[in-house]
Amino acid sequence: MKRIEANRVTAFYGGFKAVEDVTLAIEPKHVTALIGPSGCGKSTFLRTLNRMHEVIPGARIEGEVLLDGEDIYAPGIDPVSVRRTIGMVFQRPNPFPTMSIRDNVSAGVRLNGSRRKSDLDAIVEGALQGAGLWKEVRDRLDRPGASLSGGQQQRLCIARAIAVEPQVLLMDEPCSALDPVSTLRIEDLIAELKDQYTIVIVTHNMQQAARVSDSTAFFNLEVSGDPGRLVEMGPTSQIFTRPTDERTEAYITGRFG
Amino acid sequence: MFRYVTAAVAATVLVVLLAMTTFLLVQAWPAVRTAGGDFLTERQWFPDATPARFGIAALLWGTLLTSVQALVVAVPVAIGSALYVTEYARPAVGRWIGYLVDVLAAVPSVVYGLWGLLFLVPRMVPLQRFLADHLGFLPFFRNPDDIYGKSVFAASVVLALMILPIVAAVSREVFRQVPRDLREASLALGATRWEMIRTSVLPASRSGVVGAVILGLGRALGETIAVALVLASTFDIDLRILEPGGNTIAANIATKFGEAGEIGRSALIASGLVLFAITLAATVAARGVIRRTGVVGRP
Amino acid sequence: MSTSPVTSSALRTNRMGRGEGLAAAGAGVILTGVAFWLTPLQGRADFLVVAYLAGVAAYLVGAARLEGRRSVVDRLAAVLMVTAVGICLLALGSVLVYTAARGVKALDWYFFTHSMNGVGPRDDAGGAYHAIIGTLEQVLLAALISVPAGLLIAIYLTEYGRGRLASLVRTVIDVMVGIPSIVAGLFIYAFWVLGLDRGFSGLAAALALSILMLPIVVRSAEEMIKLVPAALREASYALGIPRWRTILRVVLPTASAGITTGVMLAVARVTGETAPLLLTAFGFDSIRNDPFSGPQSSLPLFVFSQASSAFSTAVDRAWAGALTLIAVVLLLTVAARLVTRRNRLV
Repeated sequence: MKRIEANRVTAFYGGFKAVEDVTLAIEPKHVTALIGPSGCGKSTFLRTLNRMHEVIPGARIEGEVLLDGEDIYAPGIDPVSVRRTIGMVFQRPNPFPTMSIRDNVSAGVRLNGSRRKSDLDAIVEGALQGAGLWKEVRDRLDRPGASLSGGQQQRLCIARAIAVEPQVLLMDEPCSALDPVSTLRIEDLIAELKDQYTIVIVTHNMQQAARVSDSTAFFNLEVSGDPGRLVEMGPTSQIFTRPTDERTEAYITGRFG
Repeated sequence: MFRYVTAAVAATVLVVLLAMTTFLLVQAWPAVRTAGGDFLTERQWFPDATPARFGIAALLWGTLLTSVQALVVAVPVAIGSALYVTEYARPAVGRWIGYLVDVLAAVPSVVYGLWGLLFLVPRMVPLQRFLADHLGFLPFFRNPDDIYGKSVFAASVVLALMILPIVAAVSREVFRQVPRDLREASLALGATRWEMIRTSVLPASRSGVVGAVILGLGRALGETIAVALVLASTFDIDLRILEPGGNTIAANIATKFGEAGEIGRSALIASGLVLFAITLAATVAARGVIRRTGVVGRP
Repeated sequence: MSTSPVTSSALRTNRMGRGEGLAAAGAGVILTGVAFWLTPLQGRADFLVVAYLAGVAAYLVGAARLEGRRSVVDRLAAVLMVTAVGICLLALGSVLVYTAARGVKALDWYFFTHSMNGVGPRDDAGGAYHAIIGTLEQVLLAALISVPAGLLIAIYLTEYGRGRLASLVRTVIDVMVGIPSIVAGLFIYAFWVLGLDRGFSGLAAALALSILMLPIVVRSAEEMIKLVPAALREASYALGIPRWRTILRVVLPTASAGITTGVMLAVARVTGETAPLLLTAFGFDSIRNDPFSGPQSSLPLFVFSQASSAFSTAVDRAWAGALTLIAVVLLLTVAARLVTRRNRLV
């Protein structure tokens, strides 16, 4: 089903509380956008959804995150398998520089045991097609991953993420390092991908959130140094036309942030 | 005007170094002239005999053998400890381990030599015997005379301890500089920590680690005293590292210097020049490799 | 607080817990103990090594029964890393502890106040006084030569150095960093001892040591001077202070903590050098207070010559000397790190 529920999630970096008491639900096969001013903890919260938050030394969370009813932070749950199931695309494209395009895409798949070359080729082609990159790179699969343009690299990272067939795809400001043309291509891609994956996207670009998402969650922090909080969440059209909270309205009308 | 003072000092140092190099070449010449081409091929060392017979073939071989073997022992341990510090340990623990490994570098070489001779060599006899008895079919471990004690093997272990800290320290810097983005890329795909190291950290660090290893090699090539104490100097060329024997250019200078006659001294100086050339090549190569990765190599 | 029943979970994997892991390792150690008790296998060192291997093997086997291949490989890698660190620390501990244990035996007031003058190889007499004097004088002279020269060169390279001379100097300093210590000794031997016919002396040794010290001083001074913020210099210029004065009164004092650390580390390094001294100071059994003429001993030379002897009295003296040497070098190194704390630039 691929539904995520967060219950009273609070995320810490050591003693510093970055985000507090977030409760929300991510609907399956939907695109959910997390918006808010910089520093409000939306990226931190995103990273708690696939247990990448704890990779940073001293970082921890309180609360629970349920994937189809199962708490991914329960004891006995291996974070490695959580991350297989919930994939992530990062703000700056990060293909493996010493690997070819083909090896980049299949990197996650190869980690989980050897497959025959023919299987791998099929998986690579499928993922690259899913990411809308196949036509451009089909003739140069052996070239290094870093030889592509910025937008292409990001689509390569998306291909790499979907090659392992995750249930959910988390995207942390995936277009903020890209030019407008690449940005629009990736937004189109997201619209295609949502048929197969549950997608959560963090973005500081409100127009992007309005274009791309079905639901939107607005995060905010009152004073610098305070933890970020979830202010309001709802269907995108409602959030952007008739927000319930005045802080949401202030943000989307550009009065701050 | 101050600028000229400082420039003058700098220039003076250059001139003095140049003068010293010239003197070295001048002093080395008599030996090279006496030995001719044999200097590079002759194994024995009798420069003050008549007729004089001497050459650095065995010394070169011993120098390379001990250094390479020291690398074989030191590099895995150094890289392993560097990875532990950067990838596994908590920051505070990692810092302390780094300090302690650096202390290994502060120990004077004569102390290593003494410890190696009196503590390590006797205790390595059982191990060497074991290797000769059970793996003696390999050319390295054959020991026909069955005498165990000072050997190239033992010297290499002591040498390995001495080069370990520099390889570890530079490797640590190299690993530390792998960007977080890259590590998170493999973690987000569901990699275990070792798989993350294998796919993100190590490939990106390749040239830096190579540079570290070459720096270690340079250090090993030039080490004199520890090796002089632990080797029983002979002038053979073979691969049998468990046998007593072996000699390096540096150790030879140290041990033969006191009794050397005129040609003898000249020959030692000439061998020292060869050693200098080799270590120079290694240091330049290391810096070239490290510079390409953007990590500044530390001496 | 899950809401739906979890029948089969893709996320839930078996993992060996910490207690189970320790138990498995313990089982391996106990097995080894039994094996050593019952069989002809002997030896404390052997036992430790085999017990370690057995404990690790048992730990991994225990993990393999519960977890997948990837997880076991991950654990194996972690074990290897920890072993590497263990080897480093064990080696360091062994060198320090063994030297201390063997060294204290001969270490007494007598040792520090007598030289080897007239002591035969088998006599249980003699001490390191002459060697300590030698080391002190040689290192002091080396510092007196290399520190001012090094500072001036560093100033030249950072403040004035643009052009061919500067890059040449920089390259030469880089090369000097990698000079093997025995080659440094050869340089002085060929130039000073033989070429200029000055013979062996403490001064010759100091010259060789300064070849080793100079590049270290230059490098660390350079780094520190570069760290001094431009704003500080500009404030000084704006007050009309000429450049050379700014360097001496503003830049150098600001960088002084870092430079001091660098100098102390350089001193710590050359104090322990033996090889260059063989060719320059040569060694001497009696007290030689004059470093400018005649061969002189030094602590590392003392340890080396005593260590090369076959007699146990000499070896005891060697250990005592080694302990003294290590203590001095470590004290200097630790003190250098403490000075770093006061460095406002880092």
